Amino acid sequence: MTRLALLGGIYSNYRALETALRMIEQRGADGIYCLGDLGAFGPYPDRVYPLLRSCGVECIQGNYDNSLAGGLADCQCGYTDPRDNYFARLSYAYTFENTSAENKAWLASLPMTRRLEVEGWRILLCHGSPRKLNEFLWESTTSDAFLEYLLRLADADIVAVTHTGIKWHRRLSAGRQFINVGVLGRPENNGLTHVVYAELSLERDTAKVEFVPVEYDFRALAADMVEEKLPPEFIETILTGWWTTCLEILPHKERARGRF
Amino acid sequence: MKFPSAELVHLDNLWFQVTGTLCNLACTHCFNRSGPQARSFGFLTLAQVQEELETAMQAGVKEIFFTGGEPFLHPQLPEMLELSLAVAPTTVLTNGMLITNRLADRLAEMERKARYSLEIRVSLDGWTEASNDALRGRGVFKQVLAAIERLCQRGLLPLVTVVRTWDEREDGAALESFGSVLKSAGYTRPRIKLLPALPLGRELERSPQSGANSSLLSEEMLEGFDRDLLMCSNSRLVTDRGVWVCPLLIEMPAARLGARLQDAAPTYELKHPACLSCYHYGTICGNVSALIEGPAELKRP
Repeated sequence: MTRLALLGGIYSNYRALETALRMIEQRGADGIYCLGDLGAFGPYPDRVYPLLRSCGVECIQGNYDNSLAGGLADCQCGYTDPRDNYFARLSYAYTFENTSAENKAWLASLPMTRRLEVEGWRILLCHGSPRKLNEFLWESTTSDAFLEYLLRLADADIVAVTHTGIKWHRRLSAGRQFINVGVLGRPENNGLTHVVYAELSLERDTAKVEFVPVEYDFRALAADMVEEKLPPEFIETILTGWWTTCLEILPHKERARGRF
Repeated sequence: MKFPSAELVHLDNLWFQVTGTLCNLACTHCFNRSGPQARSFGFLTLAQVQEELETAMQAGVKEIFFTGGEPFLHPQLPEMLELSLAVAPTTVLTNGMLITNRLADRLAEMERKARYSLEIRVSLDGWTEASNDALRGRGVFKQVLAAIERLCQRGLLPLVTVVRTWDEREDGAALESFGSVLKSAGYTRPRIKLLPALPLGRELERSPQSGANSSLLSEEMLEGFDRDLLMCSNSRLVTDRGVWVCPLLIEMPAARLGARLQDAAPTYELKHPACLSCYHYGTICGNVSALIEGPAELKRP
């Protein structure tokens, strides 16, 4: 059996990353992959890089990484609501300013996707979707029919993405599977403070997905964010598990489950 | 003159012009001139919807939209929405005037049972009774706010769509005003989608200057632009008179691409000023105002 740990967006949450990497070491993994968006939202962006490198985490670019590496004006999330845009810009400016030139160059060197072939399974890792870096694939707005198309497009048996911030998993025809691995960066708008990553256990005939909850010291992260003068709205999300910003992109079901 | 063209890359969005252009309102800025007497397009049957849903599912459709006219004038719309929700996330664009308690109950139940999101997009174009009703008709403001409240009471969060009839620089203040009027109507966390006024249909008469800039898209403008963002590369519209390239161009006979989805032409020439709106604002007809453009990594098959 081969076991892969698939990490979603880290959003500078180095404390959750640290905890997750410890858990992965204990549980055992044959490979650790991060699907991009290393910076954003959280404090001290440069702190995630040494952790990723020392544990040999294989990363791909997310939209945030792509923006930071290319010196783009924004994070490419495409917000139009003025309030969402305000917070997105604030967070991007902070992350841009506090990410070293060396780390930006490293981001630029990352591939946009990774292909693996494990135990006969053809796997594609990407950030948003197989066809676009920043396409949001939510559980409630992604039809089975569309997923079948994406898997054909990707020429893969398993596709794993992140980008939206909320995990989900779907089994499709001929044993193929689609996974949104969730994120380590912030809780997933459910009133719980933990974050999550996905563990993919592969054998010749079976592929099992488990979402692993990561309980980390979120209060310490909140204190870091206060220290760095990040907006109280972001800190509230870390402390309560409810999203307070960037809500316009949420489809009806995901929005209705939240508090705001 | 040679126009740039766009090819259907993938059918992400399937639209149904379910009640044609028949509407119980006659808004002064309506881009497809819908109204109580507007019969240029008629109703789709349940069988037509079912057949095209099947074709779209085979094609890997991502989302379905029902528009008009006023979709709830169709007596079988709830059945159609249920069929559609079994296939993909579904959105209905309504003026809200026909949303009674009974219908709101049914919609809420439908939403609860569905795996996919049901989005109810309700139009509101002014944050005061006077400004809204000047565009949408007398008495509409109060009735629509009551309908929104009915939906909210049942746990539904309608997407309130607002056409910008003010200067773009006033967006912030306008959104704030809409937010507070919706909150006082019982919608505690309002979802609002702002749309540009389109230089089409009755809007050309209401605001003649909107048609003054009739410039067209050129090949040069599309250089380096992600054409996947244009509706013509990701959407199709089914009407009772055939398949159109997009909901905006319904008045243009040249935008008819065929009788049914499966035989509709894949390519369209971008030769209307409305194509420019799509280019400037992204796929405005989608639920999220996607100004999203990112590098595509994979080649299409």
